[in-house]
Amino acid sequence: MEYLQFLIIVLFSPLLNGVIKKLKANMQGRVGPGVLQPYYDLLRLFKKDMVVSNTTSWIFKAAPYVVFTATTATAMIVPVVSVPSAYGPMGDVIALIYLFALARFFMALAGLDAGSAFGGEGSSREMTVAILVEPMMMLALFTAAITVGSTDIAHIAAASGRTFSPSHVLALSAFIVAIVAETGRVPVDNPDTHLELTMIHEGMVLEYSGRYLALMEWAHAMKQMVLFTVAVDIFFPIGLVRFPGGTAVLASSVLYAVKMLGLAVLMATVESTRAKMRFFQLPSLLGGAFVLAFLALVTNIMMGK
Amino acid sequence: MDVGSILSIGILCFLSGALASQLPLSKVRNFSYLFPLAGALAFLVASGPLILGPAYAGKAIPVSSTFSFAFSGDALSGFFVVLISLVVVAVSLYSIGYTRGLKNPGYLGLFFNVLVLSMYGVVLSANIFTFLVSWETMALASYFLVVFDRNEETARAGLFTVVITHLGTAFIMALFLVLARYTGSMDFVSMRAAAGALSPGVKSLVFILAIIGFGTKAGIIPLHTWIPRAYPVAPSNITPLMSGVMIKTAVYGFLRVALDVLGPGPEWWGIAIIAVGAVSAVLGILYAIMENDLKVFLAYSSVENVGIMLLGIGASLLFQSSGRTTLSAFALAAALYHALNHALFKGLLFMGAGSVVSATRTRNMEKLGGLLKVMPWTGFLFLVGSLAITALPPLNGFVSEWLTYQSLLLGFTSPSVAAKIAAPLGGAVLALTGAIVAAGFVKTFGTTFLGRARSEHATAAQESSPWMVLGMAFPAVLCVVLGIFPEIPLSLISPVVYSITGADVEFHRQGLLLTPGAAVSLSTLAISAAMAMSFVAVFLFIRLYGGRRKTVSADSWDCGLPGLTPRMQYTATAFTKPLRIIYKRIYLPSRDIKVRYSQKPFFVKAIQYGGDITPFFDRFLYEPATRAIRLITGRVKTLQSGNLQLYLGYILITLIALLIFGT
Repeated sequence: MEYLQFLIIVLFSPLLNGVIKKLKANMQGRVGPGVLQPYYDLLRLFKKDMVVSNTTSWIFKAAPYVVFTATTATAMIVPVVSVPSAYGPMGDVIALIYLFALARFFMALAGLDAGSAFGGEGSSREMTVAILVEPMMMLALFTAAITVGSTDIAHIAAASGRTFSPSHVLALSAFIVAIVAETGRVPVDNPDTHLELTMIHEGMVLEYSGRYLALMEWAHAMKQMVLFTVAVDIFFPIGLVRFPGGTAVLASSVLYAVKMLGLAVLMATVESTRAKMRFFQLPSLLGGAFVLAFLALVTNIMMGK
Repeated sequence: MDVGSILSIGILCFLSGALASQLPLSKVRNFSYLFPLAGALAFLVASGPLILGPAYAGKAIPVSSTFSFAFSGDALSGFFVVLISLVVVAVSLYSIGYTRGLKNPGYLGLFFNVLVLSMYGVVLSANIFTFLVSWETMALASYFLVVFDRNEETARAGLFTVVITHLGTAFIMALFLVLARYTGSMDFVSMRAAAGALSPGVKSLVFILAIIGFGTKAGIIPLHTWIPRAYPVAPSNITPLMSGVMIKTAVYGFLRVALDVLGPGPEWWGIAIIAVGAVSAVLGILYAIMENDLKVFLAYSSVENVGIMLLGIGASLLFQSSGRTTLSAFALAAALYHALNHALFKGLLFMGAGSVVSATRTRNMEKLGGLLKVMPWTGFLFLVGSLAITALPPLNGFVSEWLTYQSLLLGFTSPSVAAKIAAPLGGAVLALTGAIVAAGFVKTFGTTFLGRARSEHATAAQESSPWMVLGMAFPAVLCVVLGIFPEIPLSLISPVVYSITGADVEFHRQGLLLTPGAAVSLSTLAISAAMAMSFVAVFLFIRLYGGRRKTVSADSWDCGLPGLTPRMQYTATAFTKPLRIIYKRIYLPSRDIKVRYSQKPFFVKAIQYGGDITPFFDRFLYEPATRAIRLITGRVKTLQSGNLQLYLGYILITLIALLIFGT
């Protein structure tokens, strides 16, 4: 169990995506597809033939595998239902963010590989958003990390306990903005559109089809669930079972499902109530989040906690 | 054999290399680079005993009653000898292929060997005289190499290099004179022994002089302006040496003076170095990403990497000021690790850029594209270098940046509030830098090697010679090895750090389990294994579930209007446009649009667009300074009328003045 908890993220991440889609549809007064729809999509894509642009090089073919395997590695680092995670010692929260960066690097290269303007546009915007998000996300995570004296996620989860300081609230707000941006959700990006002028993530994967597209989409869903899990591990670690778990693992799993559902509701609400921002309004949103993260740090120092 | 004789063999190899490159047979001249290769290997062998100690002290050769030539080496010197040697090995292999068909290879071979020897001289100097002579030889050799291609661009770059680096040398001389005056000695060992008794004011003066003097050579902002001018115009087998190694000699000099000789200082030293490092890192890479010239981009990126090293050194100084030597050792190890890594991947990238320039005759990315198909090896190796410099796991750049993050975060345990805020902010700056580096290398690799060829420069390109590929493959392999097995470089760095801080860096065998205060670990080997396993799993899943499927090759999506041309690709300029808008306060971009009409204002014939960013430091620091200097020299020039009687008059006045005031 201990060794297999990362499979929860690998296997259930499409479901989480399906739940968010369903919630969004309900909030917008639509019936929406069933929550299992992402699985049907993935399985169908794995069985399809592919069309590959003749401009592309081997980067285009390697990128889906790099993206998928790097994201799987992040799922192994993060503790899901019990601490410490069995594979936790292989990396910390910094390694996790840099593995995402590895995935993003290859995705952006793949976007440029087909030689069309859409891919380049997606790559350029994705890298720009990353520049705005990464320092803010790091600062928010550092605020949690320095209280504990470690960037190891299991350590932060085990030590941050049940107290909730103002500094944590500020850092959490910044981190949620970071999640929205990193997972390509409204108001930063729109996951449901293929409108050329607004897309970021979809622009980069525009040329993909078949199994490559399936890998990319699956990895994207996994990344979202990993980020959610990092958020609950660091900011709401209540109920996380210490190894060895026994029957408590079941309770922990239920609690984890509830937390994920809570974040899904949050994301669906944000997406349903906000409009997508113009690309060049993003610096003010993400810069504001950076200020929050910085305030979290200062509060942390001033209050000694 | 003792260290001295191995070093002599090495020196002999370089001298033979310089001579062999003068021979009139072109085949021999190309392969004369086997001599520096052998020399570098000899120095590599000698570095082992240097690092593991005891310190080596060569015999002094007196030049006058006060000055003498003397070479010596301790662990710190040994580490930099390793760093220089690895790059020289790679560059020598590369040069065998690169110099084929080059005109004037004798000139290049001579100064190549002189440059390498002078760099070894700098890190192995026993006293300030030897140091300054080696330092100057290095500066002059690099000048002659910068002006290798005789044209106006290289002449200007060469002049710029000479002026700025000598400005730096002036500060270094001043710092050595102050040290010699107050410690009463000129060799580093006795200086260190006497430095403890220096007053804090003198120490801080020396420290500031060291930042400016060595910072000029290392290219910290705002003293960096010569770097993006000089690197790109030097021959392609020299730039890797200049960027990979020469700036490390400045880092060496700074470490020697600030950490070794001066010893622990006040807290503000550490914070100042963190601040200088943060500014250099962010502005360096912000300027880099706007460059569409392959080599200028890499040159600016060197400025950024020096900034990252300074973040580690600053954290080390910070810990030293409060007497926490274990943490100080840890931070210094991070900085040294990054210095070694940067030498490898920047050497690799500059060689890769050199291959591209040799194959396409242009440095402009906007004219390239699709090179991965015609230059598969160069492209692949350039990608390895890009991944390493972007600090992506599991390559070596990631490990050293991870260590830098950890040492900055440990700065939070400092007693003072300033350090508590500065340290995590340094971490956030590192994250910002990392993200911009990623964008920069996606742009550079993407527009150069991916997509379609944008001009005939790129369509006619061919893979470079096997020697050049071999020269690049060597550092590329090291980038992977030093990333996946960090215990190898750390076991090399540990004695070095011990010799300076007096504390060991403790690392667990499996991966990195660092002990001081932080329970955190990293294992790039495990990460690679996890990725490999998940690859096997998903590959099998696809094969078993999806089966074999057909792949159709077709044109890229063209919105149903066939006829995509290479000009419709995203350009390098377009890629960075969002950043020009977001950071407009820093870039101060300008645009210049010229419209020509055939019938104003309705029928437009042609629109010409030009855009540029303001080189802030050139415009607001160097140009006013140059104007001021010209103004003063213009005034002074009136004294020099060329009239003999006037000069005699000057002598007379001086004599009278001396007679009056001199007694």
